Amino acid sequence: MTGINVPALVVLVGLFLLVTVLGFWASNWRRGEHLASLDEWGLGGRTFGTWITWFLLGGDLYTAYTFVAVPAAMFALGSVAGFFAVPYTIILYPIIFVYMARLWSVSYRHGYVTAADFVRGRYGSKGLSLAVAITGILATMPYIALQLVGIQAVLEVVGLGGTGSVVAKDLPLFIAFALLAAYTYSAGLRAPAVIAFVKDALIYLVIIIAILYLPSKVGGWTHVFEAAQAKMTSLNAAGRPIGVFIPSAQAYWAYATLALGSALALFMYPHSITATLSSRSRNTIRHNATILPAYSFVLGLLALLGWVAIAAGTKPIGLDGVPNAQLVIPQLFEDSFPGWFAGVAFAAVAIGALVPAAIMSIAAANTFTRNIYREWIHPHATHAEEANCSKIVSLLVKGFALVFVLTLDKQNAINFQLLGGIWILQTFPAIVFGLYTRWFHRWGLLAGWVAGMVYGTITAYNVVNPATGNHFAGSLSLIPAVGQMGYIALTAFAINSIIAAVVTVLLSIVGIPNGHDETTKEDYFADEGDSRIEKRLESVPTLRH
Amino acid sequence: MVVAAALLAIPVVGLLWVDSYARVEPTLAGFPFFIWYQFLWVFLCAGCTWAAHRVVLIARSGRKEPRR
Repeated sequence: MTGINVPALVVLVGLFLLVTVLGFWASNWRRGEHLASLDEWGLGGRTFGTWITWFLLGGDLYTAYTFVAVPAAMFALGSVAGFFAVPYTIILYPIIFVYMARLWSVSYRHGYVTAADFVRGRYGSKGLSLAVAITGILATMPYIALQLVGIQAVLEVVGLGGTGSVVAKDLPLFIAFALLAAYTYSAGLRAPAVIAFVKDALIYLVIIIAILYLPSKVGGWTHVFEAAQAKMTSLNAAGRPIGVFIPSAQAYWAYATLALGSALALFMYPHSITATLSSRSRNTIRHNATILPAYSFVLGLLALLGWVAIAAGTKPIGLDGVPNAQLVIPQLFEDSFPGWFAGVAFAAVAIGALVPAAIMSIAAANTFTRNIYREWIHPHATHAEEANCSKIVSLLVKGFALVFVLTLDKQNAINFQLLGGIWILQTFPAIVFGLYTRWFHRWGLLAGWVAGMVYGTITAYNVVNPATGNHFAGSLSLIPAVGQMGYIALTAFAINSIIAAVVTVLLSIVGIPNGHDETTKEDYFADEGDSRIEKRLESVPTLRH
Repeated sequence: MVVAAALLAIPVVGLLWVDSYARVEPTLAGFPFFIWYQFLWVFLCAGCTWAAHRVVLIARSGRKEPRR
């Protein structure tokens, strides 16, 4: 590709301006009393119904990075690296169906805004709550940075950035992010909720057209799969197959643990919990668990576009002349479609980056405000002070992500995101086990968390790419006692749970009391408009609503 | 509740049992079995989750009105 694709750029900028206007307008949309509280700014007033939640969660979970990275993995490495995203995002929904409704109910009754709030209330433990909060923030930061990588991939294919002076290279990205920061600051969670409608509409439109049109252009699906099989089974320089067409027996564990581990981890991320808690009722969550798989279908189609690109002979080469699999989807669109439609596709990816980036920064900011600022720095913060703190932190978080992407090698962001997935799953026992039982001791859970974090980090570091010698070369490692390759996060999670149980038993033998639990059994079934809630609201003066 | 739990467990077990579907044949309109079978599960899973949702609402209705 040479120079700038003008029609694509015009459409991209036009759609981008549209969502900017929408983002600012959103502060007046379904407005509550005032935005000066965390419930309003950070959770949209907890008023979103089934459809808004569907768009918001869809826009939140299926990020631009996913849209770029999943087909790129299919293109470069095949089905174990890429297609596991499909079983992952299918089994996700029965899994969250089970516990997210409980988390919604207890958070609704007690005014919890973050997962760490719940842990604090359930175990009366500031330490465990801090561990959960810090894990959440650490895991989210590189995820935000990767959204920028998604935007960069699009800009690079359009012909912007990549070369020239530092300012000219990164200016478009900088402007995009500054605008995002501005309207998130003013409208809070309402901004991504409104923009998610545009994002999802564009994504569906682009994928459906691409999946109907492209395969016939390159010789039909049969040819696509033949080309993919030929590429994946051909040998690389080291004499091993390049990738995986259909997983062989050695890869079953890898495929299954990647799917299960990722599914368990996803709703531990602060941004998933924020989008869940912003919904209006307990049943909104469960309704959504039945209709969100529509996105999984689209994600599967998108993954297959990575193989379509193989058949189409797409050459993803960056402006710096170096092959970069991350560019494969934008490049496929630019090669195959007229400029204006490529522009629509690019806008879908770029806007697809803005929604999760906004929600992630809001979620990280809420976590900082509630579980670090109010807990450790300023215990008597008012609602307005909390909201202000969150707004400012959301700016800082985005600024940090921008600096991270612009100054460090992209590979760092990818490594940290891999680590983030491993880390965030280590908060699962404290949160989800806690939703069902108080049997686990808070120090047992903390010990398990430490063990899981340490094991996961060290093991991920020790995965070395034999060709380049780089650490963090993948998320698979030998599972002890099973003897198969599996997802590190899930192994760490198992170790975490075992340690938590063992330490709990030891502590109960020694007789060290567990912390104070402020929740009751009924809290876990509460629903919107429940008569028992009104009573609870009056009788609990500590409720921050 | 047992019925709901079983309905929710079916897709999880079905998809984690990779051995049962990691094959090329039978193809469907050119798609390897491995691919189209997992797409099929998108719908099966949505159906199972929806059914579980109905079952839970009915089971709970003895205690309170199901909400829509």
